Amino acid sequence: MATSEVTQPEAIRDARRRQPGLFGSISPSSPWYWLRVLAENKAALASGIFVLLVVVVALLAPLIAPHSPTTVDPINRLKPPSSAFFFGTDTLGRDSFSRTIYGARISLLVGVSVMAASTILGALIGLVSGYYSRLDTPIMRVMDGLMAFPAILLAIAIMASLGPKTINVIVALTVVYTPRMARLVRGMTLQIRDLPYVESAKSIGLSDTLILVRYVLKNSLSPVIVQATFTVAYAILAEASLSFLGAGVPPEIPTWGNMLQDGQRLITRAWWLSVFPGVALFLTVLTLTLFGDGLRDALDPRARER
Amino acid sequence: MTAYILRRLVLLLPVLLIVGVVVFILVHLTPGDPAAVMLGPEASNEQVQQLRDQLGLNDPFYIQFVDWVGGAIHLDFGNSIFLNMPVTTALWQRAQPTGLLTLYALIVSLLIGVPAGVIAAVRRNSWIDRALMALSVSGAAMPSFYLAILLILLFAVTLHWLPSGGYVSITDNPVQHFKRMLMPAFSLGFANAALLARLIRSSMLDVLREDYIRTAYSKGLAQRRVITLHALRNALIPAITVVGSSLGALLGGAVITETVFTLPGMGQLVVQSVLRRDFPVIQGAVMVIAAIYVLANLLVDVLYIYIDPRVRYGNK
Repeated sequence: MATSEVTQPEAIRDARRRQPGLFGSISPSSPWYWLRVLAENKAALASGIFVLLVVVVALLAPLIAPHSPTTVDPINRLKPPSSAFFFGTDTLGRDSFSRTIYGARISLLVGVSVMAASTILGALIGLVSGYYSRLDTPIMRVMDGLMAFPAILLAIAIMASLGPKTINVIVALTVVYTPRMARLVRGMTLQIRDLPYVESAKSIGLSDTLILVRYVLKNSLSPVIVQATFTVAYAILAEASLSFLGAGVPPEIPTWGNMLQDGQRLITRAWWLSVFPGVALFLTVLTLTLFGDGLRDALDPRARER
Repeated sequence: MTAYILRRLVLLLPVLLIVGVVVFILVHLTPGDPAAVMLGPEASNEQVQQLRDQLGLNDPFYIQFVDWVGGAIHLDFGNSIFLNMPVTTALWQRAQPTGLLTLYALIVSLLIGVPAGVIAAVRRNSWIDRALMALSVSGAAMPSFYLAILLILLFAVTLHWLPSGGYVSITDNPVQHFKRMLMPAFSLGFANAALLARLIRSSMLDVLREDYIRTAYSKGLAQRRVITLHALRNALIPAITVVGSSLGALLGGAVITETVFTLPGMGQLVVQSVLRRDFPVIQGAVMVIAAIYVLANLLVDVLYIYIDPRVRYGNK
């Protein structure tokens, strides 16, 4: 009652009013209307721009970083932040600012790889499980079993067996996040598979694969995209946690988690070593979640009305 | 009711079995000979063979599996390679810090999350609502170990109010115990508090729209009474379900928190065992924590029926 005080016609009139800006002319009936909703959500827009900035920084790291992230410079060891070293230097005299910039590369590499792998695998498993009732129970039991572990603990256990390597971090986190995507897609598939248009597609003799891809997957795309965005954030956070514990990316590679581990060891002598990489990690995860929230509001018409 | 609990317990078995299979497979995921990996490059051939025998790696795969499941049912996970004691003993020694840390973190998240959610809902769309929700979104994105580092930097390194780590048993010295657990509990519980605040806010908003709330107001009850007696009691119900899953997040997070604050708990043991490649300990700890998590979720679901009589599981 309290939420829908604005009556429907007013809301429509309001939405139809041309807003200034790039997407202001997209009408509510357009399939691209979500872009306009997203662009008009200030928090989501700002977050999206920040995420884009992180991506650019990661891609252009060698051009942006003022120093090499790995060159040892004993004369300038443990220097506090200054105009020469924005984020200070570590015990080996390595520039913390440059290392933070290079750290974005690993974070994004892991985040995006885990997102892609767990989305593809999860969608596949979810579609099969939701569409073929006979496979549903065995598949979902395995997924339940994998979700019975606290996420980070399962990742640590897998890393213990595979050994500390970047690719293994991606594998371990894919195992952790695939069941969550599978459960989502299965739920969507269960909803969609009994709808009339799927029945009609069946009756004109389309193959299961075609039905699954063209009707079921296409219609569950919105929640999948939203979940995928959150997966990037979770994976980045999990990679940093693993590296921080020494069970992730090898210590010689500059990542935010590795830098925070160094930083904690030197916490009484060099506050800058832990504060700055942490801020980078926090802001990246925060903006990814805010962008995901905005995406959900924009893609889900029910959330939009609130 | 009893039938429902029994059915849930039966459904638990396949999940626990799969958890066991996953944990069993872990050792065999290791590239190369697990025994050689555990002992490191300096080990002699005989030592490796001896460990292979001890771990049963020379047996056929299915016998290894049956042995492992049979042991796990009796909470026997073999012996630690590094600590020279049964895994169960090692885990038991480490249970107190982890159990208390998780409990305190849960209390912290309830003490912060519930009032924050209620205030935000009651003052919907005010500046305080926006501030609390902004804090909640940030809190959920804050890595617990980073929050922990910032807390150490402020309260231990700069202000010298609290020790930066270490553990004192509650029975030895309660004051020191709580002083040392304050920062760990807060850093672990904060993200959960943020999540809880959002949840309580939205369920509070739903409840505040109900007819019985209007009735309560119209019969002249004070706002405080309506909120705490009528609204909050009902708004808490959906929150209870997430307490189960929060427990999983907290138990998982405890691994990191214990490492940051050097608390000798199960989580720290897991991390140390990963670095030492002490697989029996990793297997045992992961199995035990996952089982606790699964059982806690069941317990929460059962509790849910007691608290909310409208929910009737099983008999439709």
